[in-house]
Amino acid sequence: MPSVGEILDGKGICICAGSGGVGKTTTSAAIATGMAARGLKVCVLTIDPAKRLADSLGLRELGNTASRVDPKLFEAQGVEMKGELWAMMLDAKATFDELVARQAPDEESRDRVLNNRIYQQISNALAGSQEYMAMEKLFELHSEGDFDLLVLDTPPTRNALDFLDAPRRLTQFIEGRSLRVFMRPTGIAARVAGRGASVALSVFKRIVGFDLLADLAEFFNAFSGMVDGFQARAKRVNKLLADPSTCFLVVCGPQGEPVDEAVYFHRKLVEAKLPFGGVIVNKVHYAAEDLGGNSSALPAALVEKLGDEDLCKRVADNFADYQALAERDARNIKRLEAELRTKGVIRIPYLDEDVHDLAGLAEIDRYLFATGKERVALAAGRA
Amino acid sequence: MRLVDCDRLALGLTAEESHCAGYSHGGWFLLPARKIARNCPIPELLDKRLVFVTGKGGVGKTTVAVALGLRAAAAGKRTIVCEVSSQENASRMFDHAQVGFHEVEMAENLWSISIDPDESMREYVLLQLKVRAMRDMLFRSRIFNYLAAATPGLKELVTIGKIWELAQLDRKVKQGRKYDLVIVDAPATGHGIGFLQTPRTFAAIARVGPIHSQAERLNSYITDQKLTGTAIVALPEEMPVNETAALEHDLRTEVGVAVDQIYLNGLYPERFSKKEAERIAEIAGGEEGPVRAATRAALSEHNRARSQRAQLARLRRRVDAPVKTLPFLFEPDLGAEAARRLSKRLG
Repeated sequence: MPSVGEILDGKGICICAGSGGVGKTTTSAAIATGMAARGLKVCVLTIDPAKRLADSLGLRELGNTASRVDPKLFEAQGVEMKGELWAMMLDAKATFDELVARQAPDEESRDRVLNNRIYQQISNALAGSQEYMAMEKLFELHSEGDFDLLVLDTPPTRNALDFLDAPRRLTQFIEGRSLRVFMRPTGIAARVAGRGASVALSVFKRIVGFDLLADLAEFFNAFSGMVDGFQARAKRVNKLLADPSTCFLVVCGPQGEPVDEAVYFHRKLVEAKLPFGGVIVNKVHYAAEDLGGNSSALPAALVEKLGDEDLCKRVADNFADYQALAERDARNIKRLEAELRTKGVIRIPYLDEDVHDLAGLAEIDRYLFATGKERVALAAGRA
Repeated sequence: MRLVDCDRLALGLTAEESHCAGYSHGGWFLLPARKIARNCPIPELLDKRLVFVTGKGGVGKTTVAVALGLRAAAAGKRTIVCEVSSQENASRMFDHAQVGFHEVEMAENLWSISIDPDESMREYVLLQLKVRAMRDMLFRSRIFNYLAAATPGLKELVTIGKIWELAQLDRKVKQGRKYDLVIVDAPATGHGIGFLQTPRTFAAIARVGPIHSQAERLNSYITDQKLTGTAIVALPEEMPVNETAALEHDLRTEVGVAVDQIYLNGLYPERFSKKEAERIAEIAGGEEGPVRAATRAALSEHNRARSQRAQLARLRRRVDAPVKTLPFLFEPDLGAEAARRLSKRLG
């Protein structure tokens, strides 16, 4: 069972994916912090709209440019920081604007796009633009080459799949330039293309309203000069994702549903021929057997030690509840290993405290970067 | 009579109930977006026509949505739970196969539907065109499909449109079943705001046409407190609490919706007193095997339960809506039975 350090050895990009609420943001932050502590210059990016990453790094705010996490913060936590940790939160709109500014042939076309209402809606996170832009920013940072490792935190699985699809969708959308002629109110092409097209167009117009259609046409007009640039870029982004120096880590929880989603996401990665690195299961309840003992002799032993029978009963009941969860977790992880045909599942125990600061990240770090045997020993020491 | 009392009475609560529900901490009635007309009381959550259950991912939104559905159904309301993620977690809880874009009965008085945006679009266009053949021709057209896909937010809009349609007593769909209550298992936070914002945004883009008026109608429906309610499901942890406060704020300022109820899910029982925990801690260090494991588990539970209560107090300080707690269920997988038990705690 390799550690995260071993999995990411020599990688330039680590993408953490999984369903919501499984601790993906925290895991991304812990991985980035751990790799930085071990000597790399690392940047962690989140495209999650919530400000969770800033919270976990003790930062007040994260902007659309990478900012360095103050080394003194690590010192205060007793963490030796050999490298550098940087963080940023993706502002989809700002990234899209930058991209347009870069691709536009001149200022006038740039402004036409930036002022177009359709563009403003697309770039304002109506649907999917976060994903488009995460890819873009990842690519940009990678091209600049300032970091040894980029760690990307993605939105929940359903969106994470969109995210794999983002470069293709972006080009498909923009390739709509061939259709813009149809949308001109007096488009000759529409008539040439035949009755079907013009009926479809007029019905669409009737339903959606003329203004929207005109805006769409205007959007494609304005965008037409930039299509080639976007296409070339999307191709390079796709190539980067499939590169062996990129690594996808699937993050999940030990419950049935997150495990199902992890299996699903793994399958999608394999289908898309993207480099899968491993699975991290958060908040695992370790079973008593792992912890060195079975529970049949428990009640008698407890009474001997604690005396108070009522208290002993509650301790035993609590342990039985805990054991039920531990058994569920073990069952689900076994299923996960079978489905993924791997033994490389990294388990992070369910900690007593929430992880929401650097001290918590340091706690997770021990499990992420421990090798298999060390990890079990760590867990036994805890529970 | 103090304002708080008016609001409490408007909700039909006794003083004690309102205290339990967290109404007593005051302050929320001062907020401008919560336009409370005191002569027309806001109905309780399940007495509305439409309820959005929202929150961040993994907090148990589906379970709470189904539990609310069961609660309403038990009170004799014909209720439908809508999923918008195509994952069909609700129907899975009842061991139903895929329900798809159909209204399927899960339990007495309780139906479920998975709202597919493409199907909603087909249905909407048919309602507009009235002629099935024409609709089918349209959907075969490449240009139409392209435009539909390219129009930002159209999928979300027709999804909300379908939800609205389900909530109408005068259903647009032929022979549509009449529901007393529609409960929506809404997308996770962040995307959740975007989802509920869609009608407002759309009304602004399309200044004219049927979509424009439809979007306006949807927006006024979901922001009408008499008709539509919103509940947030949260967990008693640091970041989920922060996000819940942020979500409530964003819903108010960006969507114009006041949150009716916050459910704090997964609260551990307080099994041990502080003194007892100290006693357990005394023996925990020196033991081995099962006693060690059990005492450590007890201390872990005690710590969790305590930090959860601190988060509960933080949440109550930071939000305006009343907070109700739901217990952590020590069960391997949460199915219909778990939702049934939770539903009894929702009253």
